[in-house]
Amino acid sequence: MADLHTVNKSPFEKNSLETAIRYSMAGSSILLLEDGVYGATKGTAMEGMVKDAMGDKKVYALRSDLMARAIKEDRVIDGVEIVDYAGFVDLVEANDKVQAWL
Amino acid sequence: MKLAVQVNEGPYQHQASDSAYHFTKAALEKGHEVFRVFFYHDGVLNGTRLTTPPQDDRNIVNRWVELAEKYDLDLVLCVAAAQRRGLVDEGEAQRNGKDATNIAPKFRISGLGQLIEAAIQSDRLVVFGD
Amino acid sequence: MSDVKKFMYLNRRAPYGTIYAWESLEVILIGAAFDQEVSLMCMDDGVYQLVKGSDTSQSDMKNFMPTYRTLGDYGVRHMYVDKASLEARGLTQDDLIEVAWEDFETEEEVDNIVEIVDADQVAKLMAESEVVFS
Repeated sequence: MADLHTVNKSPFEKNSLETAIRYSMAGSSILLLEDGVYGATKGTAMEGMVKDAMGDKKVYALRSDLMARAIKEDRVIDGVEIVDYAGFVDLVEANDKVQAWL
Repeated sequence: MKLAVQVNEGPYQHQASDSAYHFTKAALEKGHEVFRVFFYHDGVLNGTRLTTPPQDDRNIVNRWVELAEKYDLDLVLCVAAAQRRGLVDEGEAQRNGKDATNIAPKFRISGLGQLIEAAIQSDRLVVFGD
Repeated sequence: MSDVKKFMYLNRRAPYGTIYAWESLEVILIGAAFDQEVSLMCMDDGVYQLVKGSDTSQSDMKNFMPTYRTLGDYGVRHMYVDKASLEARGLTQDDLIEVAWEDFETEEEVDNIVEIVDADQVAKLMAESEVVFS
């Protein structure tokens, strides 16, 4: 059993990413979109938390939202997979359900 | 895969309806079925045909309408949320004595049961909001 | 797949400041007609939705808090509260409303379905749900 968790808040604004990480099971996937993609950037105070999460969860970030926010691929934390909307759809299909941490 | 999509925010104020649109479009283009897009909370504001964005910006309402025309999408505005926010179709105008309607084509107003039904009938519910 | 799904309504917002809590409650009330297996999860500021003693007499807002007490009659079987969220806000179970539940067919009764659960239980309960409404 695996779920897709979507996070659309900057981790500097709200605790949604932290909560999603803490309350998701090992093997879950976390997709960062909208302002959530700020959580995918290197060198931030949140990087350690995201890297720890990647120990037993997979983290994804939505390409168009990274691009709009001037986050180049080399600024994205290693191991975070960048997906487009088609990839988002595939993640929804590959998981049992989707939980939005609004 | 059969999908239900829920949109909780109005257009322009929040990116949620953009994300929901792009997701829905991508799912349809991949051949998935979208059982229903249900608009709740301020999301019902996606369904007013009176929206007039500047020429150089996207028209979020028309985008939904065009997608619905192409794929025969079921776009449903929650009636309780719509009444609070002044979204009116012919039936609502008659029932509540309003002098105008503003619902965009391809949208319809119906009850929350449509959301529950969509969640039951679909393989996945995907929620976009604030 | 059976027609009965495990629904979880996830509440992470405080009442009154925004309409989310009230309109989310409306979903639960309407959803009752569909006879699904329903639970509520309150975490983060969502725990404030279950705090008793709300008085809206001077704010001119609809006081919807009493409605939570009736959720047992609307098919909600469990109302979970995240322990960490509750403690972080200086609250205990004594601050929360009690909600009774009764199965009219089997006459099974539960005095209070408001239950405090720890992080591991929250994660497990969410994972076991088939649909999460947020």
